[in-house]
Amino acid sequence: MTEPLSRDDVAHVAKLARLRLTEDELVRYTEQLGKILVHAQDLSSLDLHGVAPTAHPFGLVNVVRSDEVRASLDPAPVLAQAPDVEDGRFAVPRIVGEAP
Amino acid sequence: MKSALEIAAAVRGGQSALVAVEESLTAIRARNEELNVFLYVDEDGARDAAARVDEQVRRGEDPGLLAGVPIALKDNLCTTGIPTTCSSKILEGWQPPYNATVVDRLVAHGAISMGKTNLDEFAMGSSTENSAFGPTRNPLDPARVPGGSSGGSAAAVASNMTPISLGSDTGGSIRQPAALCGLVGVKPTYGLVSRYGLIAFASSLDQIGPFARSVSDAALLLEAIAGHDPLDSTSLPEPTPSLLAHVADGVAGKRIGLVRELVDGADDDVVRAVTKAVETLKDAGATIVELSIPELHLGLSAYYLIAPAEASSNLARFDGVRFGNRVDGDDVTAMMEATRTAGFGAEVKRRIMLGTYALSAGYFDAYYGQALKVRTRMIEAFATAYQQVDMIIGATTPSVAFEFGSKTNDPMAMYLNDVFTIPTNLAGEAAISVPFGTGEANLPIGVQLLGPGRSEARLFAAARVLEIADGRA
Repeated sequence: MTEPLSRDDVAHVAKLARLRLTEDELVRYTEQLGKILVHAQDLSSLDLHGVAPTAHPFGLVNVVRSDEVRASLDPAPVLAQAPDVEDGRFAVPRIVGEAP
Repeated sequence: MKSALEIAAAVRGGQSALVAVEESLTAIRARNEELNVFLYVDEDGARDAAARVDEQVRRGEDPGLLAGVPIALKDNLCTTGIPTTCSSKILEGWQPPYNATVVDRLVAHGAISMGKTNLDEFAMGSSTENSAFGPTRNPLDPARVPGGSSGGSAAAVASNMTPISLGSDTGGSIRQPAALCGLVGVKPTYGLVSRYGLIAFASSLDQIGPFARSVSDAALLLEAIAGHDPLDSTSLPEPTPSLLAHVADGVAGKRIGLVRELVDGADDDVVRAVTKAVETLKDAGATIVELSIPELHLGLSAYYLIAPAEASSNLARFDGVRFGNRVDGDDVTAMMEATRTAGFGAEVKRRIMLGTYALSAGYFDAYYGQALKVRTRMIEAFATAYQQVDMIIGATTPSVAFEFGSKTNDPMAMYLNDVFTIPTNLAGEAAISVPFGTGEANLPIGVQLLGPGRSEARLFAAARVLEIADGRA
């Protein structure tokens, strides 16, 4: 395979990942990610039909605790570390526009 | 500096815990500026903790396995009251609202935290050159890297600032710096040590483990932190295994596999050290079986899809809303973009994008899906090998410590450093790196011993045989 990913791919991925790239970065990351993905293409040529995927080394099943009320983190020290707080809640910039 | 075992014995016998703490602080003052080992030195906290340990001894209580032992903590372990940064600007100044379980266990065993050590940002790297707060230097040769990502924790022990330290190992981040700094480093079985409060990089691979100057100190520390934790759903339910008691078991009658793929491509000095280690184990009564596990060659490619995929998901939480720093924007998306763009360094961005790509529509099956199947193949290949042998031996790293800047322009060259350590993480199994001999420029070489899940006691015993033969009894 030639170029595994294009400049547009990188721009798209950066947008999905909430990262802004400069022109220079876009060029550099396209080249670097391409080199890494060329290596990864070793895998695409393997015949792995019928092999089950492993997402986790020991085949975990759900672990649930007993349904009992117990203390959680005290909100005060948690909120004290937040960038912006209002009325005991995390505050963020406006998400939806002004009402018409 | 004395060993952790010696310090704990002295403190339990009535010597003030302040003796070792002051010795540690003196060593930190002497070299921290030059080496950039600690990002935060908790001088007051360490002295207070020492006073509490002394008080316990006065009252006739046993402070625990690590009574009065100074320890350094990798700065991706959450600690209340002092900063945790992951060596990232995005978390600069953040103070976690809770302790990692390992931190609570250390306190419960009488250990004394001296502070937080430097790492590659979010544990992504093999040299600490990716830290937002400058690289750590190798105490044995400050022109060279200490390895990474747990380079600060390795350098703390190698420069005698503390006898032991904790790191985390996702693809080799304990074993590789241990090898480059001449230390014992352990990647425990996945689930043996709680990950609660370890800031996640790749959750199916991350595991906390010890650095020490001796096999016994490493076994002691692992014994203190291991065991089931209800706060980590991936924590193994079995009780903590006995490790220190088995350090002197030797290797008589053990079958040890010399795996070609774990030596191929290493420098000549490293190959010579592994060969000599094999002879040493044979002389000590082990049977050596030469093996080939071709699947190991696929490890690096699978890892550099799986780890970034998990990282891209884990690091989505750093969005300027609940913790860490925020850069303002007109709306919430602009704020998140500005925060993440300013807060993350180049390598973290590279891996987030790589992972996002590998998981994105149209590429998922070809990249991430295929990597997960390779992971299955690797686990099966190890299982087959462990039907023939009790453990495996190979190199930890392809070379001794390298010079700053020598691999920073080529991410793939840096990633190749982890080629021998990655398979253990993918399989969720155990491995240890033990210093054995020296190579180029008289720098230490690490030999790696690998075993199936929960085989740590066996690995420590074999490592001890090598340690004695290497004249570091």
